[in-house]
Amino acid sequence: MLVLEDVNVYYGAIHALKGISFEVNQGEIVTLIGSNGAGKSTSLKTISGLLRPKTGKITFKGENLAIVAPQTIVSKGISQVPEGRRVFANMTVIENLELGAYLRKDKTEISKALQHVYELFPRLLERNKQISGTLSGGEQQMLAMGRALMSRPELLLLDEPSMGLAPILVKQIFSIIKEINASGTTVLLVEQNAHMALSIANRAYVLETGKIVLSGDAKELAASEEIRKAYLGG
Amino acid sequence: MDSITTQVFQQIINGLSLGSIYALIALGYTMVYGIIKLINFAHGDVMMVGAYAGWFAITALHLPFLPALLFSMIFCALLGVIIERIAYKPLRNATRIAALITAIGVSLFLEYGGMLIVTAQVRTYPPVFPATQYIVGGVYFKYGDIVMLVTAVVLMALLHFTVQYTKVGKAMRAVSFDKEAALLMGINTNNIISFTFAIGSALAAAAGVLMGVYFNTINPLMGIIPGLKAFVAAVLGGIGIIPGAMVGGLMLGLVEAIVSGLGASTWRDAVAFLILILVLIIKPSGLFGKNVREKV
Ligand SMILES: Nc1ncnc2c1ncn2[C@@H]1O[C@H](COP(=O)(O)OP(=O)(O)OP(=O)(O)O)[C@@H](O)[C@H]1O
Ligand SMILES: [Mg+2]
Repeated sequence: MLVLEDVNVYYGAIHALKGISFEVNQGEIVTLIGSNGAGKSTSLKTISGLLRPKTGKITFKGENLAIVAPQTIVSKGISQVPEGRRVFANMTVIENLELGAYLRKDKTEISKALQHVYELFPRLLERNKQISGTLSGGEQQMLAMGRALMSRPELLLLDEPSMGLAPILVKQIFSIIKEINASGTTVLLVEQNAHMALSIANRAYVLETGKIVLSGDAKELAASEEIRKAYLGG
Repeated sequence: MDSITTQVFQQIINGLSLGSIYALIALGYTMVYGIIKLINFAHGDVMMVGAYAGWFAITALHLPFLPALLFSMIFCALLGVIIERIAYKPLRNATRIAALITAIGVSLFLEYGGMLIVTAQVRTYPPVFPATQYIVGGVYFKYGDIVMLVTAVVLMALLHFTVQYTKVGKAMRAVSFDKEAALLMGINTNNIISFTFAIGSALAAAAGVLMGVYFNTINPLMGIIPGLKAFVAAVLGGIGIIPGAMVGGLMLGLVEAIVSGLGASTWRDAVAFLILILVLIIKPSGLFGKNVREKV
């Protein structure tokens, strides 16, 4: 579904992604794990078109994404929940959700998507009219996810959804990710919490300073010596 | 009513008329700042161009007030978009000082380019309104004052409605808050920025036409002082905050009218800048300034 081939991304002189290749197949949960500064967010931003690869190819359902404008990527069926939520804190919950469906025209489709989001996150319905800057961190994460789902994406990119959340909330968020996947959305999950990410993913890639150093079945990786030492605290 | 009370009311009417002009200009400053963090120092000059466009529409095209106003607003909306595309867009990722200097350059370009085209000669606005005056309890309302106030209020109400309730208004708020996140929603941020310049410039044009009607004369440098004062109004209300610009503009107009009313009209301009200094010292974020904190 999504294929990255030998992608190189630079921030000025900084070589952030050094020829990474990976793929996500329809229906999977794939996780990209790695420590701070490994290039996880950079990868997602490049897929969403916010950054452009200097060389390499990114294709989604056979289409070359390199020539698609960043604001058009979402209409191709890719939606991102960015690192740190990035909700529009000056706007209400419902306004944030509406913006998630910005490119959709069909009113009934939009209200269906909204219904679906409220089912996943009943809390958002309760807080409908609240200014989102005043939501708790967990609620903001739910809002960011709900907002991304409003475009009814085929591929959902999640950047560290567990960041700064209490363990109980992390569990809840991860079970919702599984639910989203079960209802037909493919998921690319970026995480530092390797333990949780590997527990729900089908496959995983390990990123280290801009390179993919390991990849494979999530269960096998979770059991492997290297991963246990480096990412799962022994 | 005794004469002091009527005096006060008279100055309030004058202050609101002038203040509504400041408010219209201040809105453009604040909207542009809100969306690209640029103090658009050419904004007062766009107002001047609007005054000339209105003057042209009335004298040469013989249009009545409202169509002339509309003509001027559309003309300046286009001008604003062109200025943004040519002068500011290439500097989107440059330092703020570079953009600021460019804005001053655009301002000088409009002022002296304007002189080249329309000459430095002062032009007189033809009277577009009947000279009717209404006297209510000793307070004079000029027909023109009322039209001005109503025009300004209607435009501000339209703007408020657009920003709060329409799709493009929501997109504007989203882009001004977080451009990257807006892109992820599928919002074409460049178009929204252009749209913001178009609206801001159209409001400035309306202010220009109203200035022409109010003061009767226009000249190519007429945008400088009202532009600076509108900037003060925007800072007073809290730059980037739309209701702040409206209130800031009206307050500044009132203060000036009161200072004039006290017989100190030579101090009028100084007072505006005294307010700027006080705001910057006491509450730099302005009257409406607040910090929406993001929780992480
Ligand atoms: N805007 C930027 N300008 C310059 N360098 C950057 C920029 N953003 C990221 N980098 C660098 O690129 C590298 C990868 O960053 P990235 O944000 O992708 O890491 P990450 O894996 O998401 O880390 P984290 O887990 O901390 O979020 C880092 O070395 C970082 O310093
Ligand atoms: Mg990151």
